[in-house]
Amino acid sequence: MRSVIQVSGVRKTYGSTVAVDEVSFDVNDGEIFGLIGPNGAGKTTTMECIEGLRKPDRGAISVLGLDPFRDVYKLQERIGVQLQQAQLQKRFKVWEAVDLWASLYQKKAIDGERLLEQLGLIDKRNAWFMNLSGGQKQRLFIALALINDPEVVFLDELTTGLDPQSRRAIWELVRGIRERGKTVFLTTHLMEEAERLCDRVAIIEHGRIIDMDTPESLVKRHCPERTVVLATDDPSAGERFRAIPRVETVTCSGSQFTIRGKGDDLVTEVIHCLSENRIRVTDFRTILPNLEDVFLKLTGHSIRE
Amino acid sequence: MMLRGLWKLTWIELKIFMREPLGAFGTIGIPVLVFIIVGRVVGRSLTPSALAASNFMTVGLPVLASVLIAVSTVLSLITIISIYREGGILKRLRATPLRPQTILTAQVVVKLLLTAATLALMVLAGKRYYPVGVHPPLFGFTIALLISTWSILSIGFLIASIVPTARFAQPIGALIMYPLVGISGLFMPVASMPPGLRAAARVDPLTYTVSLLEGIWRGDAWSAHLGDIAALVVVFAICTALSAKVFRWE
Repeated sequence: MRSVIQVSGVRKTYGSTVAVDEVSFDVNDGEIFGLIGPNGAGKTTTMECIEGLRKPDRGAISVLGLDPFRDVYKLQERIGVQLQQAQLQKRFKVWEAVDLWASLYQKKAIDGERLLEQLGLIDKRNAWFMNLSGGQKQRLFIALALINDPEVVFLDELTTGLDPQSRRAIWELVRGIRERGKTVFLTTHLMEEAERLCDRVAIIEHGRIIDMDTPESLVKRHCPERTVVLATDDPSAGERFRAIPRVETVTCSGSQFTIRGKGDDLVTEVIHCLSENRIRVTDFRTILPNLEDVFLKLTGHSIRE
Repeated sequence: MMLRGLWKLTWIELKIFMREPLGAFGTIGIPVLVFIIVGRVVGRSLTPSALAASNFMTVGLPVLASVLIAVSTVLSLITIISIYREGGILKRLRATPLRPQTILTAQVVVKLLLTAATLALMVLAGKRYYPVGVHPPLFGFTIALLISTWSILSIGFLIASIVPTARFAQPIGALIMYPLVGISGLFMPVASMPPGLRAAARVDPLTYTVSLLEGIWRGDAWSAHLGDIAALVVVFAICTALSAKVFRWE
């Protein structure tokens, strides 16, 4: 697969603070790539170096074959950018912003009105920026990032501060960007967002990338634990569960059992045990580890701390 | 390339500025009001013949009002730049093919247009309400005011670089600009100032602004004020060079 972004050995310091160090990764054509980590981990700095807004102290970056810092204007023609916590002028009207942005690029912009329609902003085309809701503002920023029909779209903490409903709507839009054949590079500190959206993620902490892969592979590699929670009144159940080969612990409170073990086969083994011993259950669910658990495992703390 | 987006950005900035309920009034209205009200108050206390002979009424006040136009333009620039920086607006505009100097030039063009508009309003209001009829060379005076404003706007960019947050923009700007107005020779001729103050006045860009504006208002030839213009160009060059080093986009 062709890579559209190549980052190797990038380091950036602010005074004596090292923001990112030895950061290297490639982003492939047509994928949604997520840089995930807690606030202050170096996500935005990395992204802004790639966008040509900052100059790294060391290391090499190539985006669409261009040097982002030296060829920044050529690069801006071909990428779309949404910045973290950016604002527009308070009394800037939605259509005016789209119209201005459309005029800034050499190549012909895409139809702004249609874009607003697709993003559900057409009713707001005459509204001032200051009167838009958080979700509408972010949708406008997506419109501005897409107006030049870019090859790569950068989204920095796109859904931070949005309610769950707007967040889901935005996720749908981002998937739509990929479906148009564009590459998406995003940062987020929301593990659920990364898991739902990203084809591949790189986990960054204290300015360094600690692992990188598809979300499923990361979970598989770092968190083989599986948990089954079930409810039964069968008096012999506890003993039978403990006898399952892969089971490590079984805890019981009232009629509810929590069975922990390792490996994908654990669930099959538990089901097998239930049917073999004709144990009647009134509840059965599995708890699978997610990226949040991967992060905890790799760093020793939760991403929200 | 420099011009790509400049006119559109300027036009939009102008529209946005006019939508500010207080911005437009504060920048355009206040100098005109000061001019008319002070003119009426002083005018009432003088006899008609004293009025016509009053240097303050025929030259001093019109030039003072014009300097106020320039200063309020600069203060408004400082405020806008710091608000735009704080809100990430400057950064967002930079993440486009726009050149950084285009983004800032649009602000300068907007401010110069507002300066010209305010002066025009002052002239119109003056014709109707001002107690003394004065007939300065209006075209030349407009050019002189635009050159002055253009020059001291570069100080504005420098001040905008040092204000910590948008909240402090207006007070810090005023704290720097009004003393400069005070020692500019508007209220006391530079020649009759005590030596220390005179030295300060010599490096005050507004001294050259006042000298240029008064001269052109009185009908002096431009050739008599080449020194003032040179000083204003030097101010622009120094402040722009410094701004290029210290200007903060975020």
